[in-house]
Amino acid sequence: MSHIDETPTLYGLMAEFDNPSDLVRAAERARLAGYRNMDAYSPIPIEEINEALGYKRTRLPLLVLLGGICGGIGGYSLEYWSSVIAYPMNIGGRPFHSWPQFIPVTFETTVLGAALSAFVGMWALNGLPQPYHPVFNVPAFERASRDRFFLCIETIDPRFDRHATQQFLEGLHPLGVSEVAP
Amino acid sequence: MDTTVLTAPQDLAAHRSKALVVGLVGLAACGLGFVLNRDQFFRSWLIAYLLFLGIALGSMALVMIQHLTGGTWGVFRRVLEASSRTLPLLALLFLPVVLGMSTLYPWTHDDLVRADEVLRHRQPYQNTGFFLARALVYFASWIALAWTLTRWSRRQDEGDMSGNMLLQRVSGAGLVIYALTITLAGVDWVMSINPHWYSTLFGFLMIGGQGLSALAFTIVIATLLVKDEPMSGLLKPHHFHDLGKLMFAFVMLWAYFNFSQFLLTYAANLLEEIPYFIARINHGWQYLALFLIVFHFAVPWLLLLSRDRKRNPARLVWVAAWILFMRYTDLFMLVTPEFASTGQNLHMLAGEHESLFFVHWLDLAAPLGIGGVWLWMFFTQLAQRPLLAFGDPYLRESMETAGGGH
Repeated sequence: MSHIDETPTLYGLMAEFDNPSDLVRAAERARLAGYRNMDAYSPIPIEEINEALGYKRTRLPLLVLLGGICGGIGGYSLEYWSSVIAYPMNIGGRPFHSWPQFIPVTFETTVLGAALSAFVGMWALNGLPQPYHPVFNVPAFERASRDRFFLCIETIDPRFDRHATQQFLEGLHPLGVSEVAP
Repeated sequence: MDTTVLTAPQDLAAHRSKALVVGLVGLAACGLGFVLNRDQFFRSWLIAYLLFLGIALGSMALVMIQHLTGGTWGVFRRVLEASSRTLPLLALLFLPVVLGMSTLYPWTHDDLVRADEVLRHRQPYQNTGFFLARALVYFASWIALAWTLTRWSRRQDEGDMSGNMLLQRVSGAGLVIYALTITLAGVDWVMSINPHWYSTLFGFLMIGGQGLSALAFTIVIATLLVKDEPMSGLLKPHHFHDLGKLMFAFVMLWAYFNFSQFLLTYAANLLEEIPYFIARINHGWQYLALFLIVFHFAVPWLLLLSRDRKRNPARLVWVAAWILFMRYTDLFMLVTPEFASTGQNLHMLAGEHESLFFVHWLDLAAPLGIGGVWLWMFFTQLAQRPLLAFGDPYLRESMETAGGGH
């Protein structure tokens, strides 16, 4: 932990690449070198990057499933309550509890529940909204939403060492390595 | 890319001869059935025929969709193309349905038509001559489409890129032609078994079912191919992921169409539409209906939710094979409740009749017979071309990116 004390004004070190394949390769090498607290930034979605960074599964799918189940049960219950308990009406001689008629609403509320929990859950699990993030302190990072690809190894990583990590990143042949102010 | 390494592995030849043996045994059994119980034979033949016609036509439609949308699942194009090139054989296998017209379709009997106002009204359209002429047009347009698409695809292999844009245009028009012809064919060959029932969703049910059959079959074949060179090094988890996702969508589409049809009938309460469902929720058929809901929709749907299963061909293939079986069960449910257990069409028998749940041994022999020779034809077509449409300018993209293409 001593080297973190030497550089208390650092969020991490960031390497810049000009294509996604180099970024994936760099992330893979960093993971194999033992780094875990790192993140990749890219203007386009790269499916392999999750695996390269060694991301674990999130709890989001479970949240979506639960949201969907709650939405479905809620929708069906609402239909049941309104058609059987609150406003029982004879429509074409069908029973009050005409379940086939309830399915479209149940389906819609299932989708609604799943979609809402996906939306809210994604924000919450990612810690969003986040008005400030240190990576934007690097001037080159401006191009992260256009044509540059970045890998940032953070100081909180147990294996982070100001000099060794810098050397490691430079060994990946990036366009450049920058310090990220906190 | 070295193209000589893209030829089909030796294993396929073994599968091909095995399929032929199974097919010939099945056809011999069908021949016996034809002698012993002709009515039953025609009904069983029609159901099994619809399954394999569905794989071929669904594959042709997926090829056209692939030309229009692109996506990484283009690596399976040669499998889909080989399926669509079985259509001439399927035209031949349609002949028993023509032979069995008077067993299958009530409107072929003049006395029944005279006695029934609805059939009398439909007679200018629903008569033997026009039925055959339409069938001829369906097969001609399907075979012409499949041959145009596969021939131009072949030219890409030879480096001739002049047809690339044409392939897309033909695919656009072809999908419209396919949707129209399969709707009419569905009405002709299946819906008209019941003289009065009609459903405006029927064409979509056929299309959705054929797409699902084609995807499931493609997954089974791709799993077979990925075991050996050359495809073992080329097909990656994300390719199977694409097929799995599409199959997942089609499983939901099947449920959506079927439920919509049921709900509309239930809500509208019309005399022409209800008997179809009455026949299928009574006399033992209700258990098959439940079986379909659970095993054609709920269970595959739950299994296909898993990302890992969709990316692992060894696990995905079991779902695909099961769905093929369920496709057959679904077609069985579509046709059989309109027949008595003697094999006769209920609507041609005098008086009121109800069908009790039954399965005939020909319902096993017919899919083995048709399926065997059909598979033989499929493997023959598959072996004739490189397994990858390597000339396709979009293919490189699907081989390189593991990205979110669909």
